Amino acid sequence: MKEAVYISGAPSAGPDLQELLGLVARGDQDAFAKVYDAVSGPVLGLVRSVLRDPAQSEEVAQEVLVEVWRTAPRFRASRGSAMNWVLTLAHRRAVDRVRSAEASAAREHRAALLDRTPAFDQVTEQVESRLEREQVRRCVRTLSELQRQSVTLAYYRGLTYREVSELLSVPLGTIKTRLRDGLIRLRDCLGVSA
Amino acid sequence: MSNAELHTLTGAYALHALPDTERVAFERHLRDCEACAVEVRELSETAARLGLAVADTPPRGLRDRVLREITTVRQESPSGIGRDRSGGAADRGDSTTGRGAGGTGQGGRRPRYALAACLAAAVGFGGIAAWQHRAAQDARQEARAAQQQNEQLAQVLAAPDAKASSGTMKGGAKGTVVVSQSENRAVFMASGMRQPPSGKVYQLWFDDRGTMRSAGLMNTPAASDAVLLDGPVDGASGIGITVEPAGGSAQPTSAPLALMNFPAA
Ligand SMILES: [Zn+2]
Repeated sequence: MKEAVYISGAPSAGPDLQELLGLVARGDQDAFAKVYDAVSGPVLGLVRSVLRDPAQSEEVAQEVLVEVWRTAPRFRASRGSAMNWVLTLAHRRAVDRVRSAEASAAREHRAALLDRTPAFDQVTEQVESRLEREQVRRCVRTLSELQRQSVTLAYYRGLTYREVSELLSVPLGTIKTRLRDGLIRLRDCLGVSA
Repeated sequence: MSNAELHTLTGAYALHALPDTERVAFERHLRDCEACAVEVRELSETAARLGLAVADTPPRGLRDRVLREITTVRQESPSGIGRDRSGGAADRGDSTTGRGAGGTGQGGRRPRYALAACLAAAVGFGGIAAWQHRAAQDARQEARAAQQQNEQLAQVLAAPDAKASSGTMKGGAKGTVVVSQSENRAVFMASGMRQPPSGKVYQLWFDDRGTMRSAGLMNTPAASDAVLLDGPVDGASGIGITVEPAGGSAQPTSAPLALMNFPAA
């Protein structure tokens, strides 16, 4: 006879995120709690990958989540998925914070940027586990080395393309191109369409 | 900057990797360049997938703090939509994006709804696939077996031909079945399943065109579960779930809670 499988997990969000955001836009706090349950993990993880500092990450994640509540009436499904809307906001806030927090002088300093590469490797290691992570990891592996470095430094570390160019000692135009063709390859591999 | 150069900035823009001055210039370009606007949307969705891949478990206190704080925060009115730099691509003005709604540019092609996103929506992000395999004879064997099943489960979910379909079960729980023909395996995920009655278990079945073949037991389901079904999919057309006496049955002894067909290949 087959053995029993034991399972555990957190309470789930169930309903469609987009519908929930519609309810949130009308002031529904219960719906917001469900949205929180669905997006808080990705929001915090993303902010953390950019900011590194746990306390600061939590603070920014909280700001982002409250902003989701505040600006939900502005969400338009025709412009993209609900999760994308939330994560775009989270990434933007994290990037703003990291760019303002670090003195730009220090950030532009090559040595300071190079300091950040080991942490970047940690990020790629975090990109494992199942579901989303498995698919993303599989697709990231299809990128060229320069595409992968450019995309992950920009996204997970919040570097501008100029900083990426400096860090990798690769011309600006090349980085711009790699960011674009790297993302295009990921898009095709992940089957994303708008 | 020339238009030709501007067109290449879609990737950097979607990743928020443009310095402010260039971002402003590019946003101006976006209003007049449909091709870039479409590409930015797609690349922005792609970037969000990278974000989903690093999801983390928030500390308990955060939920309380956020839910408390929103009771004091006034929401924007929908009419107050302004151009806001904060959201970048997804939050951009409506000059181009509204047109996509008819799906003309995409030839009406239904997007291959990202499997993982679909699962995430169905199951919620909390503890999607935390599960253990019990009843192995010793802890090491147990760990090895669990790891193997975990890897297989992950392999099914990540398979390029993995397809998912969702449905609502009797009692309101939501179930999602994922099947990969190349792996010849299937995964079942549920959210909101209640505990089975005392002395009973949930049993999973492959539906071999009307004949039920046992695919393992599922005990004490928590809110979100992922289970690798025992055995190969082979010719099965779908799965079923029944409530059975502890230990399971050779054949279903009760009406199914759910019968779910595999999505068409
Ligand atoms: Zn353009």
